[in-house]
Amino acid sequence: MRMAWRIARRELRGGIRGFRIFLACLALGVAAIAAVGTVRQSIEEGLAREGAVILGGDAEMEFTYRFASEDERSHMAHIAEAVSETVDFRSMAVMDAEDGPERALTQIRGVDGAYPLYGSVALGPEMPLAEALEQQDGRYGAVMQQVLIDRMGMEIGDIFRLGTQEFELRAALLIEPDGASGGFSLGPRTIVSLAGLEGTGLLEPGTLFNTEYRLRLPQGADLAALEDEAEQLFRDQGMRWQDARNGAPGVQRFVERIGAFLVLVGLAGLAVGGVGVSSAVRAYLEGKVTTIATLKTLGASSGTILAAYFLQIGVLTLIGLALGLMLGALAPLALFPIISAQLPVPVAFSLYPAPLAEAALYGALTALIFTLLPLARTEQVRAASLFRDAGGASMTWPRLPYLLVIGFLAIGLSAAAIGFSGTTFLATWTIGGILGALLLLALAAWAIKSLARRLGKSRALRGHTALRLALGSVGGRGSEAASVVLSLGLGLSVLAAVGQIDSNLRAAIQADLPDVAPSYFFVDIQTDQLQPFLDRVEADPAVSRVETAPMLRGVVTQINGQPAREVAGNHWVLRGDRGVTYSTTAPPADQITQGQWWPDDYSGPPLMAFAAEEATEIGLSLGDEITVNILGRDITARLAAFREVDFSNAGIGFVLTLNEAALAGAPHTHIATVYAEQEAEAAILRDVAGDAPNITAIRVRDALDNVADALRGIAAATSYGALATLITGFVVLIGAAAAGERARVFEAAVLKTLGAVRGTVLASFAIRSAILGGAAGLVAIATGALGGWAVMTFVMETTYRFEPVSAFAIVIGGALATLIAGLAFALRPLAARPARILRARE
Amino acid sequence: MANPILSLSEAALSLDGNAGRVDILHGISLSIDKGETVGLVGPSGSGKSSLLMLMGGLERATGGQVLALDHDLTSLSEDQLARFRRQHMGVVFQSFHLIPTMTALENVATPLELAGHRDAFERAEAELDAVGLAHRADHYPSQMSGGEQQRVALARAAAPRPSILLADEPTGNLDETTGAQIMDLLLGLRDKYGSTLVLVTHSRELATRCDRVIRLRDGRIDDTDMKAAE
Repeated sequence: MRMAWRIARRELRGGIRGFRIFLACLALGVAAIAAVGTVRQSIEEGLAREGAVILGGDAEMEFTYRFASEDERSHMAHIAEAVSETVDFRSMAVMDAEDGPERALTQIRGVDGAYPLYGSVALGPEMPLAEALEQQDGRYGAVMQQVLIDRMGMEIGDIFRLGTQEFELRAALLIEPDGASGGFSLGPRTIVSLAGLEGTGLLEPGTLFNTEYRLRLPQGADLAALEDEAEQLFRDQGMRWQDARNGAPGVQRFVERIGAFLVLVGLAGLAVGGVGVSSAVRAYLEGKVTTIATLKTLGASSGTILAAYFLQIGVLTLIGLALGLMLGALAPLALFPIISAQLPVPVAFSLYPAPLAEAALYGALTALIFTLLPLARTEQVRAASLFRDAGGASMTWPRLPYLLVIGFLAIGLSAAAIGFSGTTFLATWTIGGILGALLLLALAAWAIKSLARRLGKSRALRGHTALRLALGSVGGRGSEAASVVLSLGLGLSVLAAVGQIDSNLRAAIQADLPDVAPSYFFVDIQTDQLQPFLDRVEADPAVSRVETAPMLRGVVTQINGQPAREVAGNHWVLRGDRGVTYSTTAPPADQITQGQWWPDDYSGPPLMAFAAEEATEIGLSLGDEITVNILGRDITARLAAFREVDFSNAGIGFVLTLNEAALAGAPHTHIATVYAEQEAEAAILRDVAGDAPNITAIRVRDALDNVADALRGIAAATSYGALATLITGFVVLIGAAAAGERARVFEAAVLKTLGAVRGTVLASFAIRSAILGGAAGLVAIATGALGGWAVMTFVMETTYRFEPVSAFAIVIGGALATLIAGLAFALRPLAARPARILRARE
Repeated sequence: MANPILSLSEAALSLDGNAGRVDILHGISLSIDKGETVGLVGPSGSGKSSLLMLMGGLERATGGQVLALDHDLTSLSEDQLARFRRQHMGVVFQSFHLIPTMTALENVATPLELAGHRDAFERAEAELDAVGLAHRADHYPSQMSGGEQQRVALARAAAPRPSILLADEPTGNLDETTGAQIMDLLLGLRDKYGSTLVLVTHSRELATRCDRVIRLRDGRIDDTDMKAAE
């Protein structure tokens, strides 16, 4: 080993100039992963540090449909130093304008004088929140997010209504300290005082609202113990506990998921970098054949030589990793102001060792995997190479032990990625996708080479010198096909897959769904308002369909007497409260997949029908007993039937349906969907909201736009990840073009000697670049489409449609990228004087 | 000298290198007749290969004039030079300089294709046959011996039936026997197509087979030995 190290050191004295592509590929891949990891950790750290501010208290007890009972209030007063009571629900803000009332959906928060316990509300114009909300001249004040003020065309001082109560808009809500804890909401925020809310008529029995009690706990309070205690006391009454350990679980989960996904996309970039690393090492070792042969002649063993070059590549890998980690750690710090401004949550930027270690591990494993193959081939260099041109001898596959080690390392890398990501499903699919794409690209490269070789010899192409030369170069020895198709192809594949998924999702949500979805959801329709509502909408000729259902909210607390979470984990149906309905009449028989619906006049013990797919996911069987807490009361029902529930058309779909008698006496409201022609939508809203100001109308097109906006953000983040992959691909491309420049210079010189004008030589170079770029693009479309199809079919469970626009943009982009890189490196060959080039090789 | 196919008048060549400007050729004047075989000899670094490159338009003279078939090569653009070579010249190098991604047949056919011959491949096959390599037509350069590669290079140079054949130490990388065979082929091709042959060589024996030998020293013509072969 000492000898190997001495040889390595002497060889490295020449500097690392020839390894710029190697270093760039490795550093870029590692930097992308380190940067994503650092940003993710910074957000998580920010959420953790500011947990109390984001949550609005050290802990929170939340109820649906009701305010806290005396027992609950006294428990809170007992454990907390201070308590703040808030109510959260959505409703319509209405302002009378000259051409009729202006209405907009808003998420209302009613607050007491203690709000906020942590952080502070910022208003414009600057004023204390209490002053903005207090009653002045018999009218309560309110503050609204600017987007809502703009949407309604309001100005500070304008009067608007919530329900039946008038409010004065006193200020714009600039910062809501606990704004990120609520998760996804359909309407911008309005804050009013609890006292102001009393006269609105919006908190009638059965109306959906949440009350949140924020607690300021004594220093050093044991959150876990307090949670256990509260759960034991009040869980059965529908209480939900949250505390500062995880102030915004929705945001946290989202950041974790998207962060994990972006790291996985980063792995694709690292794989592309790996291709570049491999090419660079291969090219380096090809230039070292004479040295290796000389060392063997002098008595060096294959092991010593392998170790010497392994050490050299190892040193370079360490340099590449260090560069990548520096870049990945410093880039987020440098871009801190831009990133922070884009995020609605506090971000604590710093140097975090964990994501850097993760990126370093990925980088080291990738470098090992991709360099071992060319390194192992040093064994095949014979001492006789010194006496005979070894260029003609083809290298074969390395020995089995090397292949096994490479295999184990690849498995190790995959396992690490799956372990770190925390989402086995996503990670396995993404890694499978990357490996599949690499395999497909390798096959494609081989196929392109064979095809080019055959076509180049075809009689039909005789006379087309430039094309034949290009095909000869693509198909011949030393062809750049493999590295270009693999590197550029993988980068483009990721971009193509993102493009396909994004356009499919957006097409589904914005183009297809509105055709089958209702125009409006009306919620909080009181029972006595139902008939007048139906009279209005059913009489309208523009309305094609109206559906209504009773609506309550409930939390599934137990399954067969066991806490539901213990039985079924973190399934979405068990997270928070869900819509519950009741029904006397059975749905069409083909919707009941198992069991039997109850008779119309059934009045026995409670029975329940459960959505079939979700029941299977949770692992429920007919006869199981499900306990649902509705309005603080536990109802235990036996599963009588499973039914198909179609959530795909945005119509009414309840996971839980009970028999009517089970919910007898429970105050509730009704939900309605109205399918109407778009032109009639405004009039329906005006009439319904005018007659019953408590009814909230949710325009489905607006809601879908919100979802599409969110998707656009995710697609943009993923595209940035894919872009990093593409940049690495471009670096590999440049590396390949640079490596091939010497061959091109020679070829151009010979061709000029034989009478080729520069146009012919340039055309030949351009054609070969276009062939390789186009091929990489075409394979990327195939793999992208395959990825898109898999995600849409298996994850989104919807139909996949090939989206040609983004696909063709990718082929053209691929061809252009290769063309630019190829032509940039064609300038020297074109300008070179043949005599000097050819004589230099004599 | 009544009918010169190549004539140089005060031709000079200087190159800019890292160590400054280097004068390679100084005021070379000479004429070569149609059908003549001329050997360029001289010690290493005397400028014989550079002179050959000037004649082929592969290097541009920095002074004086180079006329080939009445075309002033010093005034032609890079592309005009390429077209001129395509029609009138064949060049053979010491290191053969075959295109490694092409088979023997494709290498020979390329200049014919560039010249727009529809029967490029048929003629290339005939040329390969003439140098005894018909059976190697589909082989790549790396699959052939040095002698075979040089025979392909000869076939490639001769295929367009050039008026002028330029050969830069064509036997320099070959053993004596193979070198002699190559020389026979080269002279045979000259005879066959009536080409003018200019040959750079170190070999006294090869030089004796030329009509005339021009000796260079330090970038200048040292001596012209008319009818060396006689």
